[in-house]
Amino acid sequence: MKYFIALTLAFSLQATAADWKQFRGPQGNGVTSERNLPLTLSEKNLKWTIPLPGRGLSGALVIGEKTFVTCSSGITQNRLHILALNAKDGGVIWHRQFWATGRTMCHGKTSVAAPTPCSDGKNIFAVFSSNDVICLDLDGNLQWLRGLTADYANVSNSLGMSSSPLLIGSAIIVQVENDSESYTLALNKRTGINLWKLNRPKAANWTSPVRLTNTLIALQSKNGIDAIRAADGTKAWSYDGGASTIPSSTLRSGVLYVPSHGITALELNKADAENTPKELWQSPRLSPGTASPVVLGNKVFTINGAGVLTAGNLESGERIWQTRLKGPFSATPVATATHLYCVNETGLLQVVDTRGKEGEITGTLNLDDTILGSPAVGGGAIYLRSNTKIYKISE
Amino acid sequence: MSPFTKVLAAFAICFTASAASISDSLKTIRAVGPEGKGNAAAAQAWQALAQAKPAALPQILAAMDGANPLASNWLRAAVDTIASRAKDLPQMELMKFIANQKHDPRARRLAYELIKNVNPQLASKLIPGLLNDPSVELRRDAVQRVIDQGADLKKTNKPDLAQKQYRIALDAARDIDQIKEITAALRALGQKVDLPRHFGFLMHWTVIGPFDNTDRAGFAKIFPPENKVDLTATHDGKAGKVKWSQFVTANEYGMVDINKAYPGPGDGLKEVTAYAYTEYAAAAARTVELRLGCKNAWKIWHNGKLIFGRDEYHRGLRIDQYKLTINLAKGRNTLLVKLCQNEQQQDWTKEWQFQLRVCNATGTALLAPDRPITPKTGTHNNQPANSTRTPRKK
Repeated sequence: MKYFIALTLAFSLQATAADWKQFRGPQGNGVTSERNLPLTLSEKNLKWTIPLPGRGLSGALVIGEKTFVTCSSGITQNRLHILALNAKDGGVIWHRQFWATGRTMCHGKTSVAAPTPCSDGKNIFAVFSSNDVICLDLDGNLQWLRGLTADYANVSNSLGMSSSPLLIGSAIIVQVENDSESYTLALNKRTGINLWKLNRPKAANWTSPVRLTNTLIALQSKNGIDAIRAADGTKAWSYDGGASTIPSSTLRSGVLYVPSHGITALELNKADAENTPKELWQSPRLSPGTASPVVLGNKVFTINGAGVLTAGNLESGERIWQTRLKGPFSATPVATATHLYCVNETGLLQVVDTRGKEGEITGTLNLDDTILGSPAVGGGAIYLRSNTKIYKISE
Repeated sequence: MSPFTKVLAAFAICFTASAASISDSLKTIRAVGPEGKGNAAAAQAWQALAQAKPAALPQILAAMDGANPLASNWLRAAVDTIASRAKDLPQMELMKFIANQKHDPRARRLAYELIKNVNPQLASKLIPGLLNDPSVELRRDAVQRVIDQGADLKKTNKPDLAQKQYRIALDAARDIDQIKEITAALRALGQKVDLPRHFGFLMHWTVIGPFDNTDRAGFAKIFPPENKVDLTATHDGKAGKVKWSQFVTANEYGMVDINKAYPGPGDGLKEVTAYAYTEYAAAAARTVELRLGCKNAWKIWHNGKLIFGRDEYHRGLRIDQYKLTINLAKGRNTLLVKLCQNEQQQDWTKEWQFQLRVCNATGTALLAPDRPITPKTGTHNNQPANSTRTPRKK
């Protein structure tokens, strides 16, 4: 029995609550419980830099001692890569390649490796702009794959797709919304087979699904928000006030902060989240650019197209302060209990203390590289991936 | 899963690997299909297959011949897994596999990369022989080698020899970046390059329009040309009667710019639809690829049969954006393109155009025997539809 308990414990330690297993981390809101990230930065904080075999702006995952990252390569970006790296030294543990089965055309700024994968701690679920969905275990063994454009010939976006998958229960939610054949699908996480397929607005959409409860997800589109039951794809409620198709919504403590008319705060019904939410406030002055909003303490933070970081009051949406950062930004910041880590498109990482009367930049590190993907955090380190490399930064 | 169950599972995998034949696993994996069909069985077969010894790699690679793209990816993952733990690869067998051009082009490239990873010198010996390989990825390295030779000759002031190398490279090149590089080098040497002919772009069309596309409804609406192409007919258009007229493009990337045929006010017509028609004479019945570049909503018919359509507007255009496989009939084949322009007014939504070429799966142009000489100037409108095309010079 002792042997059994020890083994079970060891196995469970492979994946811990602090792991970074999806877009914007454990809670899907960019906030980490890590307390030992560097607040001031210098070259000594750069622990390793590893070249990648292809381009990409997907965020990395951090699970136990491994870091996972996706890339695409080739003249038409039709080679899909998934790599597992040793978090300690960046050494490649395994590297798997696949051929894209869907269209790989995308805007020069983005890449076929745009969506951040997700994981249940046992398997990695990687999605690419070609709408290939690939499930590998943590040792790189293939579990299943799908080619959604092979199944639905007009599921594609000539500018590229970027919605990151979401794991909820036994389903992987894959939002493949575009101008033509537009769907959101739930795939069985064990087999990849459709659990349900939902027709969605025919419009390009780069946002990612958000988990509202253990059974309910939010799908954002130009029309607004649809709350969808994960079990069967049926709709619980809609917010039809319109929403951005680039930055995604953020949930904190039962309130969904939607990039709509700036930011719109929707409080989920406390008795039953399937009931219509209450609109708490709208704040046009919190309008985000490409990066999604982050909620920290009693503030909601957005970065606009000019690189201005704005802190809004979580209760009212009123603007509290603004700090001009060096932009432009595509990557959504990550946050500790007190600081934001914002990396701009030229690789300048800026650490912002959010506790004062206005934001204070406490550290910067210029990686002089094209970085568009949101950082990952795990094991006391920040992982940044560029179009050519992945970086580990820690104390 | 309990440790005991894990042990049992591991034992089962080992047992499976030894008991089940590789060919059974390959058969199961090749049976995967749309919407995840066969995934569960393939996952089990894959676990067994991934235990195979490196000697099995050529057999697994060969299973990609004729496999669907999903099955090929399952097989590729097994190849990667086996190769990653192998101490030695069967290099000579892999070389034989690459030499057999009947094998799947991507499988042959994968075999080449396996060798390259462990024995770059051996791999490099293959490159000169790959210049006209059916695998575009394999020939790319060979083309680059000849481009580099041309550049060296140019540097050493041997323009005639450089030009000769660049011509060899151009004949073999299929990737757009290499074609552009070679074309620039040849033109810098004072040479002419007929890009439309190299690509096989269709340059001569007859067009009719504009029809209505208000609220983007024209994409689904059936206008008369979809029922029957009669180049002498007159139809009701969006703003009056419309008739077919000749359209010849001289754009070296074969762009058929419908705005030139129907310029309209300001930045061009909006919420309109047009059709472009051409014929392609095939010496024999064969399977070909139609390759389209287009940022407007479009549909294509071959010999009156709808091949494909896509209602996306202004998200970008590139050469070979869409690849459509069709079966050409011997003799005359008709091609009809429907092209829709939407309501957007931004600068980047002016274009109302497409480019179309006929080629094989490698991207090699398949020129019709009666293909006219490449036009030097375009004819945009008001030319009778039945005007004589310039015959190709013998």
